[in-house]
Amino acid sequence: MVNPHDYATAAPEIFLAISSMVLLMIGVFRGNQSTKMLSWLAVAAFAVTLLLIIKAPAESAISFAGMYVADSFTAFVKVMVLIASGAGLIMSLGYIREEGMERFEYPVLFVLATLGMLMMVSANDLMSLYMGIELQSLALYVIAAFKRDSLRSTEAGLKYFVLGALSSGMLLYGCSLIYGFTGATSFTAIAAAMQGQEHASIGLIVGIVFLCAGLAFKVSAVPFHMWTPDVYEGAPTPVTAFFAVAPKIAALALFMRALIVPFVAISADWQQIVVVISVASMLLGAFAAIWQTNIKRLMAYSSIGHVGFALIGLAAGSAEGVRGVLVYLAIYVAMNIGTFACILCMRRKTGMVEDISDLSGLSKTNPLMALALAIFMFSMAGIPPLGGFFGKFYIFVAAVNAELYALAVIGVLASVVGAFYYLRIIKVMYFDEAAEPFESPMSVEMRAIIGVCSIFVVFFAFYTAPFIAQAQVAASALVP
Amino acid sequence: MSDWPLLSLVTFLPLVGAGFIFLFAQGANELADRNAKNVALMTTLLTFLVSLVIWANFDNGTADFQFVERFAWLGGDIDYRMGVDGISMLFVVLTAFLMPICILASWTSITTRVREYMIAFLLLECMMIGVFCALDFVLFYLFFEGGLIPMFLIIGVWGGPRRVYSSFKFFLYTLLGSVLLLLALIYMYFEAGTTDIPTLMAHGFTAQEQTWLWLAFFASFAVKMPMWPVHTWLPDAHVEAPTAGSVILAGVLLKMGGYGFLRFSLPMLPLASDQFVPLVFTLSVVAVIYTSLVALVQEDMKKLIAYSSVAHMGFVTIGIFTFNTQGIEGGIFQMLSHGIVSAALFLCVGVIYDRIHSRDIARYGGLVNRMPIYAVTFMIFMLASVGLPGTAGFVGEILVLVGVYQVNTWVAALAALGVILGAAYMLWLYRRTVFGTIDKDDLKQILDMDKREIAFFAPLVVLAIVMGVYPGPFLDVMHVSVDHLIQQHQMAIQAAADGAGGAQVSAQLAAK
Repeated sequence: MVNPHDYATAAPEIFLAISSMVLLMIGVFRGNQSTKMLSWLAVAAFAVTLLLIIKAPAESAISFAGMYVADSFTAFVKVMVLIASGAGLIMSLGYIREEGMERFEYPVLFVLATLGMLMMVSANDLMSLYMGIELQSLALYVIAAFKRDSLRSTEAGLKYFVLGALSSGMLLYGCSLIYGFTGATSFTAIAAAMQGQEHASIGLIVGIVFLCAGLAFKVSAVPFHMWTPDVYEGAPTPVTAFFAVAPKIAALALFMRALIVPFVAISADWQQIVVVISVASMLLGAFAAIWQTNIKRLMAYSSIGHVGFALIGLAAGSAEGVRGVLVYLAIYVAMNIGTFACILCMRRKTGMVEDISDLSGLSKTNPLMALALAIFMFSMAGIPPLGGFFGKFYIFVAAVNAELYALAVIGVLASVVGAFYYLRIIKVMYFDEAAEPFESPMSVEMRAIIGVCSIFVVFFAFYTAPFIAQAQVAASALVP
Repeated sequence: MSDWPLLSLVTFLPLVGAGFIFLFAQGANELADRNAKNVALMTTLLTFLVSLVIWANFDNGTADFQFVERFAWLGGDIDYRMGVDGISMLFVVLTAFLMPICILASWTSITTRVREYMIAFLLLECMMIGVFCALDFVLFYLFFEGGLIPMFLIIGVWGGPRRVYSSFKFFLYTLLGSVLLLLALIYMYFEAGTTDIPTLMAHGFTAQEQTWLWLAFFASFAVKMPMWPVHTWLPDAHVEAPTAGSVILAGVLLKMGGYGFLRFSLPMLPLASDQFVPLVFTLSVVAVIYTSLVALVQEDMKKLIAYSSVAHMGFVTIGIFTFNTQGIEGGIFQMLSHGIVSAALFLCVGVIYDRIHSRDIARYGGLVNRMPIYAVTFMIFMLASVGLPGTAGFVGEILVLVGVYQVNTWVAALAALGVILGAAYMLWLYRRTVFGTIDKDDLKQILDMDKREIAFFAPLVVLAIVMGVYPGPFLDVMHVSVDHLIQQHQMAIQAAADGAGGAQVSAQLAAK
């Protein structure tokens, strides 16, 4: 039987689920002109959920018969997810109005997707894992195709759906194999079953490989990344911004929990899979981005590369590694949201533009936006003293402590290659002759988002210590 | 006065100036530009004054770090630590000294985006001084790498026609070297549990660790130095950078490599440093001779001086890796004098470039007829670069040669050959540009240096001669620290030779 205490631990999710239903009802009754209000209500719902998460007791609680877990790790990740979703929704406001996408389902789908992500983060069982992923994915498929008159958007949605369904299938297959060979679906129970085993049986390994494949698809790690550039390019830009951040965080958190908690005894076995995925993602992200001309595609490859770096932390498998991933993700959120906010401001009279060459001479036509974008680019390249450097630093600390020297060397070399294309954007903005200016002024909410993100990135060195401490607490909840 | 966090002040004062310009010198008009220039000049002058105060309060009698500051920063024993010793003290002063000159030199030649230019220079100054003051490895790395951002923009935005290529090459080359340094630093953190530089110096890594760490350090410092064969970014960067950018590149940025060897490679990895002496000597000798020959055939003045810098830096690395007092002091002194002399030479090129807009040696000739003051100034620095006795360049070169003669006669002989080649290309450059008759029409109208130019050349001339005639005060600052460095180095080598392991070395050093 479910006891009342269970509901208390899941209060944030329950609140968000009810909010989504309420929003849906309002939308149905008030129609499309209520979209703007619904969006702000959704943001308010995110804020309340965030408060509920922060106010929740810090000690870890497992409820719903082991299906659901809430601890400081989930709290840390959920805060990031909610901030990313809220920012994504705010950034969408102007865009959906301009592009004729102002329909009330949009914010509701955002809330549902976010709810799915929160469930993924809190999943402590193969069943709840799958439920979370599917709730998130179904909402995302629809949002990707939300601009239904656009060929590219519908194509992106369809592609995402077909490949996503395939990966869900693989994930399910992996789950069933794991269940078959361990006799349990709960992570805690699987961990107990694995106790004292040196090596996993072949069947279980196959199951883990399928699980990794499914999750690698969700985080868009090589070799399951193919959908990313197309979906990123085709989806409406604020949706791309959302895709690049929130689902990635949730999926990476899930990736970490699903490998570290149940399979801690056989970490050497899955570590090699993660190492290969990580190296391949970093290298592909670095090299393939060089030839891109579309900034959304470039960001797709950049995000593949970033996932590769984050996976180094997972490959380390230690508390330090998890801490590194969390810090990395937090900075990644700020950099990516900021960058996409800038991309959303690339609007001329003829409509949105998304070629890198459209940024030519931005430093003359819009110096502040150029400065902000330059900060994000230097930060993504990992140049100190910006935030991106600290993200990479803590990842490499974990890698070196886990004696993954080769992985660390490949990582830093890939970051140098990656620096090339980030610099190219700065070059276009600062060294090239000015092109036609973008429409101005930028909206207040865009300016606020860009400002907050760039301040976060620039001054990260000043509040690194409390941040790291918090991430440390969160990491030790996952890896005791 | 000593309670003040003077080093933080001297490091972050430029940042305050930059913030001031960013916030208050708004708009793209004459007034904003002039205000930006004035603020930048005043900030850099003030920074220089603070650095002089630090020097005045510096105690020459101890090898310990002075003006030490410490605040908790990242946790896990990665703290904000600042401090200077005899090796870093003068580099701080050198940096702060060159900056106002750079600002003055850009006064009229920079006409576009003046505010951004001044902000970039002030940011760069903050990073450069930070490099020499940092007593924590992570903090050092932060400044070391952070300097790339403003320099990249300075070359790329205000540079010459091939500025994009040069700025990318500069950035990626240096970054590639530095990331390996980052891994080495993380490894040391993992081993020693701290990134405190004095603690790491006493830690005593095992011989095998030292080899790998040394190579990673070398990848970074050799590129920064730059040593042959990874020097190719330097001529490109110099040629395309605006005059003040070249001054800073030659004057300060190149010194970071040598400083890195002195601060990290030698004291932290003594065994590996000893082991790799042949490699360093070989590369340095090749640099001295080969780049001197390359300099001889250059058509472009800036390129010629850039190659001469590589050759001079070859002397520095030879000096550092002799592990004796004369060699290391010579190396440091050579860095300081090169910081003054080559900076001044780039300014000399800048003076005529501002007038004729060409760096082609063949475009000039007979300048002495129209520009007597310029001709004298140029001559002083040209001779200082050659190493004429009585100029700053001589002291460093002779000390290095004396030092290396005790260690390896062949290297000394080959390095001396480099001195002769150096005289050849510099004198030839001078003859082709300054002497002869004026046969180009625009040169017949060329004007001599104006008051602003004389004003920023005067302190350089004085220093170039004072350092040559009376090097005592400069050598006194570094003497105790250098001796301490050598002592520790010999103890470490001795302990290893006695068959003691790394642990015992560290115990001995800690006891000391």
